[in-house]
Amino acid sequence: MKCRTVLRPLAASSRNRSGVLLRRTGIRWASDTWASGPAQKAGSDSVHFPGALKSKFTSTMKFRNPTEEAAMPTYRIMDADGNVVDPSRDPQSRISDEDIIQWYRNMLTVSIMDLIMFDAQRQGRTSFYMVSAGEEGIAVGSASALSLDDVCFLQYREQGVLIQRGFTLKEMMSQLFANKDDNGKGRNMPVHYGSGKLKVHTISSPLATQIPQASGAAYALKMQRLMNPNIPPRIVACYFGEGAASEGDFHAALNIAATKSCPIVFVCRNNGFAISTASIEQYKGDGIASRGLGYGIDTVRVDGNDIFAVREVMLEAKRRALEGDCKPILVEAMSYRVSHHSTSDDSFAYRAKREVEEWKRRDNPITRLRKWMEKKGIWDEDKEKEARTSIRKEVLREFAAAEKVKKPPLRALFEDVYEEITPEARAQMQQLKELIEKYPNEYDVSQFEGGMKTLS
Amino acid sequence: MFGCQGGRVAAKFLRSSTQCRFASQASAGARLNRPIDMKKVPFLHQSQNSARTAFGLSQDAPVDWVNLHGAINASLHHALKQDENVLLFGEDVAFGGVFRCSKGLADEFGAARVFNTPLSEQGIVGFAIGCAAEGMRPVAEIQFADYVYPAFDQLVNEAAKFRYREGATGAHCGGLVVRMPCGSVGHGAMYHSQSPEALFTHIPGLRVIMPRSPAQAKGLLTASILECNDPVIFMEPKILYRAAEEFVPREAYTLPLDKAEVIKKGTDLTVISYGQPLYMCSQAIEALEKEIKGLSVELIDLRAIYPWDRATVLESARKTGRAVVVHESMYNAGVGAEIAASIQEGAFLRLEAPVQRVTSWSTHHGLIFEKFYIPDIARIYDAMKKSLEY
Repeated sequence: MKCRTVLRPLAASSRNRSGVLLRRTGIRWASDTWASGPAQKAGSDSVHFPGALKSKFTSTMKFRNPTEEAAMPTYRIMDADGNVVDPSRDPQSRISDEDIIQWYRNMLTVSIMDLIMFDAQRQGRTSFYMVSAGEEGIAVGSASALSLDDVCFLQYREQGVLIQRGFTLKEMMSQLFANKDDNGKGRNMPVHYGSGKLKVHTISSPLATQIPQASGAAYALKMQRLMNPNIPPRIVACYFGEGAASEGDFHAALNIAATKSCPIVFVCRNNGFAISTASIEQYKGDGIASRGLGYGIDTVRVDGNDIFAVREVMLEAKRRALEGDCKPILVEAMSYRVSHHSTSDDSFAYRAKREVEEWKRRDNPITRLRKWMEKKGIWDEDKEKEARTSIRKEVLREFAAAEKVKKPPLRALFEDVYEEITPEARAQMQQLKELIEKYPNEYDVSQFEGGMKTLS
Repeated sequence: MFGCQGGRVAAKFLRSSTQCRFASQASAGARLNRPIDMKKVPFLHQSQNSARTAFGLSQDAPVDWVNLHGAINASLHHALKQDENVLLFGEDVAFGGVFRCSKGLADEFGAARVFNTPLSEQGIVGFAIGCAAEGMRPVAEIQFADYVYPAFDQLVNEAAKFRYREGATGAHCGGLVVRMPCGSVGHGAMYHSQSPEALFTHIPGLRVIMPRSPAQAKGLLTASILECNDPVIFMEPKILYRAAEEFVPREAYTLPLDKAEVIKKGTDLTVISYGQPLYMCSQAIEALEKEIKGLSVELIDLRAIYPWDRATVLESARKTGRAVVVHESMYNAGVGAEIAASIQEGAFLRLEAPVQRVTSWSTHHGLIFEKFYIPDIARIYDAMKKSLEY
């Protein structure tokens, strides 16, 4: 702990210049919300209660019943067969073939790695894995609309975001095998990726905790641009599933993001299941999207199997999030969790295999884009074969390499709890060292980088 | 919801009541449980020169007579002025806070930096973690420590583990400070009186700090906000907000966040405490030393409850051979348990009596029973006596 008595002059960095930070612009006094004091004007047709300013009086007692409202429509650009529904929305005119092929390859990479890693876990070569099958389009499509300056908070089923941002297979495998090259220093379960370089915060298991954090991060980005206008406008993209949206943190996050005008896009992956719990047991309203309006948030529902629609929605969401004083946006991307929840789950215990096969066969983001590309004549069976073979080869190569790399130094067990190792932890590190020296046959330290040497 | 609303209502009447002396409800014939005369508390800087000497200042350095909320306000003011990454937010912070700690700060630093949040503790702490993760230095306020539990997940699973799980990415939320008023206040009952510090001392990754006085609060809070790169839980004994007054250096300064302070030197017995009970420890020691000629008791203020300064406490216990730990939170698995166990481990051969723990009883903070519930001067006096007579 570096603390010292400081009696330093304070003026230097304090900003008194007129403008963004110090002026009291934007302070909203409680009284500001009253047109002219608390009293109701005679003959007024609308409410002057501070809690709902634009409400008109009515003498008809009508309870609003959510089931009487039409469900929010789902935006799409192409149908399940890869045909563009509205020609004016044809992505061909705006996006290069190379980009589209790259997105396709990125989705394919996620999908191929999923198969290999799922089996690897079944063989006991890694401890855990979670696949993304059916949701590759949401991740890759939305990430393609972000810049590398934007900050991402993920839940765990967004491998496509990482790959689209440039996370390498080597980095993925290092994390999955918890070897010494893992950014997380071997401390997290598999699939809990993170990258400082790519501005993706490390995934943590507690659901929804990242959502209010993402709101706060977005507020920080906004403040930093107020302090330094040379910083490019940035947003936070925050991903979560429809199950996580039942957590209190979801409520807290959307409400605070709206009241503090945070430049953030909330992306809800609604895949129909939270482990075994179907969405019908998760909520009674119109999905997650209907809630956005209640928080005063611009909201859209999109077909998550349509990568073009997801991308367009995300581009527009980012534009709106940065408009004016900034604001949050909610995107609900619909999909179907084709896979088991994780390697610790057998989903056929709670849903019919036939239903899953149906989804796999009928519609998923990869085949849909493939059909579109084939129709455009930029993809064919040979290219497909070549892509699958080369990706598979690369995944297996990184797999084999990562498996052989040593584990992080034992010292990493004690580091980074605080900025500096505390005297208490230092003493415990010494105790562990003495214990291992006393009982060398009880512990295998050979696979850890540096062996015993790092424990001091 | 009800609790927080209740908190706001409560704050209004707490404001006037904090001026009561603690133990003010002493029975008529009380010799020990007498009201504490704050003007005679030896560890408060009652004179300008005492403050200047303590902080190594020149004889003409400006010092101000301030109370605890004034000192906290001064620290927040300095932090906001010194570093534009500092943000201050929570429930009802903008108008000055229900305890006046943020008075005037929204006016001076603007609504972008000092603002109200919706009424949601998990939201406040989650939001603050996110701000800190992007390099800001957020100071979040939980209106009462009693209402921190909705944010427990964010503090335990997220704030505390953030740096550890991020590893080589280098991300962390070390700029985070969570302030919360804590402790009994005379009539706070179950939800305006709690001292949940022990719950946080079981969490690696969090620093838990509790000041005892205005001068200490200013230095510790400034260090927590501007210099410490670990998340800090900063607990403020609310009964002292108005009651504790002393001379405090006007200029900014910081105090170390990992050092205990020996408030009073002694050779026969060590009393260890932190925050508000130190006033009662001091009074109890005075009474016992008056009674037993030649008795000399050492009084230690932990200041940092976790990670804590074992070395200073052990050195004292080895010297005196007897120790009494005093805190307001309850007995089982309280901070006293950790201190007693550490003394047993580190000073076993020097101990001449079992380590005593003077804490609140293992029940809840019932409104009308407070003076029977929390440690008072008589209980501390009695524990010291038992230790000496063992």
